[in-house]
Amino acid sequence: MTRLKQAAHILISTLREIFDEAAYTRFLERTHMRSSPSAYAAFWRERENKAPKPRCC
Amino acid sequence: MLDGMNRPLSILVWGAVSLVAAGATAVVAVHRSEPINALWLVAAATCCYALGYRFYSKFIAAKILAVDALRATPAERLENGRDFLVTNKWVVFGHHFAAIAGPGPLVGPVLAAQFGYLPGTLWVLAGAVFAGCVQDFVILLFSVRRDGKSLTEMAKEETGAVGGIVAYAAVIAILIILLAVVALVVVNALKDSPWGTFTIAMTIPIALLMGIYLRRIRPGKVLEVSVLGFILVLLAIWGGQWISLHPAPAHVFTLSASTLAISIIIYAFAASVVPVWLLLAPRDYLSTFVKLGTIGLLGIGIVAIHPTLHMPAITRFVDGTGPVFAGKIFPFAFITIACGAISGFHSLISSGTTPKLIARETETRMVGYGSMLAESAVAIMAIIAACVLQPGVYFAINSPAGIVGQTAVAATTTISNWGFPVTAADMQVLAHAVGEQTLFNRTGGAPAFAVGMAHIFSQTLGGGTVMALWYHFAVMFEALFILTILDAGTRVARFMIQDALGHIYKPLGRTSWYPSIIFTSAVIVAAWGFFLWQGVKDPLGGINSLWPLFGIANQLLATVAMCVATTIIIKMHRAKYAAVTLVPLLWLVATTFTASWHKIFDLNPRVGFLAQAGFLASGPATNATARLIFNNRLDAAVTGLLLVMVTLVLIESARQWVGVISGRKEARVKETPFVMTRLSEERA
Repeated sequence: MTRLKQAAHILISTLREIFDEAAYTRFLERTHMRSSPSAYAAFWRERENKAPKPRCC
Repeated sequence: MLDGMNRPLSILVWGAVSLVAAGATAVVAVHRSEPINALWLVAAATCCYALGYRFYSKFIAAKILAVDALRATPAERLENGRDFLVTNKWVVFGHHFAAIAGPGPLVGPVLAAQFGYLPGTLWVLAGAVFAGCVQDFVILLFSVRRDGKSLTEMAKEETGAVGGIVAYAAVIAILIILLAVVALVVVNALKDSPWGTFTIAMTIPIALLMGIYLRRIRPGKVLEVSVLGFILVLLAIWGGQWISLHPAPAHVFTLSASTLAISIIIYAFAASVVPVWLLLAPRDYLSTFVKLGTIGLLGIGIVAIHPTLHMPAITRFVDGTGPVFAGKIFPFAFITIACGAISGFHSLISSGTTPKLIARETETRMVGYGSMLAESAVAIMAIIAACVLQPGVYFAINSPAGIVGQTAVAATTTISNWGFPVTAADMQVLAHAVGEQTLFNRTGGAPAFAVGMAHIFSQTLGGGTVMALWYHFAVMFEALFILTILDAGTRVARFMIQDALGHIYKPLGRTSWYPSIIFTSAVIVAAWGFFLWQGVKDPLGGINSLWPLFGIANQLLATVAMCVATTIIIKMHRAKYAAVTLVPLLWLVATTFTASWHKIFDLNPRVGFLAQAGFLASGPATNATARLIFNNRLDAAVTGLLLVMVTLVLIESARQWVGVISGRKEARVKETPFVMTRLSEERA
């Protein structure tokens, strides 16, 4: 059961990382902001200044 | 887990795996009398991958790279919660796989199936285990040891300035050709298909809705909104069927190849200019969501129904007369299948975001080598999907009208005369079953893959009555993949151009300055749009000239990556093991240089760009032929330019190797100095 829980936890963590949810959570922690439309806008402003993630063929 | 087994048991288990690998590969390779079951391919692939990972990657990690669990990675040393972050290895694996897996391993193997299932299968297995996985693994580790530096930066530091410039130019060239080719695949999949066009068109408002939902209603809840987006996409597929059955709306969404090409060019320009959160990111999330689910489902479907492969092991077209694309099995099979065996593009991802997330050096083996094995497995699935079709049907879908004839009767007669019986009635029944008006001349690989996938899925879930839904789901899945690449690729290329132009005029380098955004986006879209238009107007279907060009560009980038890897290995005083990257490098040089030579100078007009230009010039002169002649000469020039650039990197690298081995040059690698990890203490 513990292993199953661990596997589910890793799966959810992976999906949260792929879908940038974890990055947004880290952004909120780093900037001491609460989740809101303006915080999400600030998160995207920061990301837009970086080179975008390449996607392979 | 097996590493921890006691020795006799380990020998027994791995001995059994080796026997199954040898047996299954032998069956795939030598069986000729009757069709074989797809499970033989699955067994051969699974066992070869297990052996490659367990033994070959371990050998590379221990003997050549000397991966060190105690050495702090950039994720630990430079952790900032933004780019650099210590991350669970399985999470990095998923993240890396989601980035490297695109439509390439699906389309390339489908096109190469014109040679039969055997050449593609052997190349995918051997190429992945001995070349592609090695490239992804070593480049990832070398980037980790250099604070997550990119391939172009490593090329500049380790092989010299020429290497850096060529790598940069190769990346831009590859992106432009890649974007044109994938756009052409979408055009060919959607032309005259109101159902497919409606479904894909609907993904734009769905992505916009997702973007606004994420920004205004539930900030950051991506998984939640992706589920919502997925449900809306399924509704769009269902709605597409309604559209296709009603003449008035069907007429609106029945678009020619030219109209689709213009629409895609305009769309990509808009996607590059609008903010990321509005269109690009939601589409990326949606396509990743669909991609991971569909790949998993396809794997389960193949194992569950274990279909029979109807395509012969080797077809007559190994002689170079194939209708899908012209050219002999060597070198063209090896550049047609890039992703799935070895893809230079992966080296950009292995030296992009992934090295900044790795917690320990030892994890690069699983992430780099392991992810590429997973991608190779996707290519095997694509081979199976293409080869479950009757060969006559496969060739009817994938052959351009310029080769097999303009009418259904002419096409089926030509294909049947090749020894692959098919009738116009068969094709009509199949087209009706998948909800299309016709399946003739649907070049590009995507429709054939979609028919194969629908065939597998409909036998697993829902039966023949839902085949049309599965077909359009498969088309939507591929098109969604590809449009995401168009969005992201145009933006990546735009950033690279802005970065370069910033050295000439500073404001042009500002990624948030709108005049610069519009100018550089227009430059990139015009560049790949030119090649796309050329493909759409090509009487031979476009794929015949553009896919090999893409394969050559991609494999030349892999050549640059392997040059960098070999140089570093030699500088690390591991010259006696340099064959691990040198042999794949020599193979890449042999295939890409031969293919480039043929594409430029071959006397057969279907193969050589210059011969095609000469052939057209000898015919009646019209505006169309003048344009085609120019296009062919341009393709020859682009191929030649790529070849010259990579030759320069090879020469530069070889000079480094000879200098270091002879002792004339100091073997100094540009690694970040060793810092002891603190993670191991915490874990201990």
